[in-house]
Amino acid sequence: MNSALVSAASHARSARQRRSAAADALFHNVTRGAALVVLALVIAILVVLLVQAWPAFHAFGWHFLTGSEWDPVHQRFSALSSICGTLVTSLIAMLIAVPVSFGIALFITELAPNWLRRPVSTAIELLAAIPSIIYGMWGLFVFAPLFGEYLQPWITAHIGNWPLVGVLFQGPPMGIGIFTAGLILAIMVIPFISAVMRDVFELVPPVLKESAYGVGCTTWEVVRHVVLPYTRVGVVGGIMLGLGRALGETMAVTFVIGNSHTLGLSLFNAGNTISSTLANEFSEAVGRTYTSSLIALGLILFLITFVVLAIAKLLLVRMARREGGKT
Amino acid sequence: MTGNRWLRLLLAAGLALALGTASAAETQLSGAGGTAIYPVLANWAAQYHELTGIAVNYQPIGSGGGIQQIEVGTVAFANSDMPLPSATLRAQHLIQFPALIIGITPVVNIPGIKPGEITLSGPLLAEIYLGDIRQWDDPRIQALNPGVPLPHMAIITVHRSDGSGTTFNFTNYLSKVSPAWREKIGADTAVSWPNGVGGKGNAGVASFVKQIRGSLGYVEYAFTLETNLTWTRMLNRDGDTVSPSPAAFAAATQHADFAKAADFNVTLTDEPGAANWPITATTYILMRSNYARADNRAVIEFCRWFLNHGQEQAEHLNYVPLPAATVQLIEAYWQKELGL
Repeated sequence: MNSALVSAASHARSARQRRSAAADALFHNVTRGAALVVLALVIAILVVLLVQAWPAFHAFGWHFLTGSEWDPVHQRFSALSSICGTLVTSLIAMLIAVPVSFGIALFITELAPNWLRRPVSTAIELLAAIPSIIYGMWGLFVFAPLFGEYLQPWITAHIGNWPLVGVLFQGPPMGIGIFTAGLILAIMVIPFISAVMRDVFELVPPVLKESAYGVGCTTWEVVRHVVLPYTRVGVVGGIMLGLGRALGETMAVTFVIGNSHTLGLSLFNAGNTISSTLANEFSEAVGRTYTSSLIALGLILFLITFVVLAIAKLLLVRMARREGGKT
Repeated sequence: MTGNRWLRLLLAAGLALALGTASAAETQLSGAGGTAIYPVLANWAAQYHELTGIAVNYQPIGSGGGIQQIEVGTVAFANSDMPLPSATLRAQHLIQFPALIIGITPVVNIPGIKPGEITLSGPLLAEIYLGDIRQWDDPRIQALNPGVPLPHMAIITVHRSDGSGTTFNFTNYLSKVSPAWREKIGADTAVSWPNGVGGKGNAGVASFVKQIRGSLGYVEYAFTLETNLTWTRMLNRDGDTVSPSPAAFAAATQHADFAKAADFNVTLTDEPGAANWPITATTYILMRSNYARADNRAVIEFCRWFLNHGQEQAEHLNYVPLPAATVQLIEAYWQKELGL
């Protein structure tokens, strides 16, 4: 009786083990499948882009990357103005957004009185949740008229005649253009970068900071020599997240950049980015060369994003190695 | 018990859905194409639905998009502001006929200038858009506008950033009046603009013109009125100065010989005649000749209804309906092409 009970129990246990082993294997395979699907998707997207962009590359060759004309009537397309617009607007955005975000995160984690931390943090999270089209509309209807009316004429008058830099700030004050697009992008990515920076700054163990303060470091020295080295990966990650968003942002940029394929030196000129061109022209593109050129633009954006991410990774690896060499 | 109830609810919902889609499939016409015709077409569709129970589902995705959709056969009819050449129509098994007349007006934003206070001409427009005339107080503009206080202000041209039938008709006009434009730029739904900024859709151009001082753009007449933009008068081919109005657009059709043109392929820009508006256009309906007869008949019945009974709504929304003679030509065309 007793032994029968025991054997029944062990039987049940081994059955349960078998079941759980099967469940483990199933779970393992499902998660691996999910991960592989992502990989397959990326490769599939790349293949589709390559195949569909091929007619454009075949027709225009290297000229597609170096030329600046975009002429649907004569079916001549090249990507330089879109590539430049994408890179320049993102560069302006990062030049403004990175220092500002750093300041915000630093203030929230190190300087702000306790009662102020939560409201500022919440405000930043709210900003991050606003859809991009709202930023675009605000930029077009509120910011651009004010910028064109007051700020732009002043900048043109005072900086427009400087040597070298001056040419960047010339032209009629339209309010919209490459510079405005960069500014709007900066406002859009600041919440992302500063939220990530704040989160990683908060992860620094208090004991590290306290010991630094204990040996007489100023706040800046603590940030420079303790907080930043400790959070390096997170900070670079946050900046890359912002850069990724700036490179691919579509609607807000389309609203304020002016959508022109001409390539000029002035940042006050109307320009375009890869994604704004796609948003504007894809639905109406007629003919194989036109469509293929637009898809080629998409492929270029894909590659730019890929290269940016790769550079970020390399940067982190090199920093880690240098750190390793030091100790 | 509860499971049973859920099951029954699900079944009922599924049945309702199935019935719904089945009845919708019987009485729905799908169309896609230009945005210019959309306000009036939506109006017509609503009234037609009330009268006949047939729903017309039209998607304003742009003329180019409409042409693509009808070529691949996903819609029952399409709309385009640009006529297709007969060879293309034959190759794709398409037919086309006009639906409405629309007018395109230049609009400006010059401080102190009110609607209709300044006059432009085709060659002037071409020179401005080419970048040869860069200031509003250029003697060539002043010559057409004696006594008008034009400021020394840079002209910023605004164009459509998306492909558009409006752009086709506007550039078609510029190509007719300016050899330089014809050689350098040409006419199409999207062209290589030498300068200026691009706005998405009529609404995008309108908002840029409203905001940028010294700007010059082109939008459909209905949009000009809707957005209270400063329209300009135009010097037409006969040398008359005209203001945009449905009557002036209608005048442009007087000399248009739809009877002689194959597949109604007539652009109405720069037509002769005293009182006509020089940038007038026709918007077309495209159909497939190889669809099932019954499907095409449903489209034709809708078109026949709005061509004969939709004039009042069209006029109310500042469009110009087709003259009765042209509607008769369209009837004959249907008979010839589709046997309907």
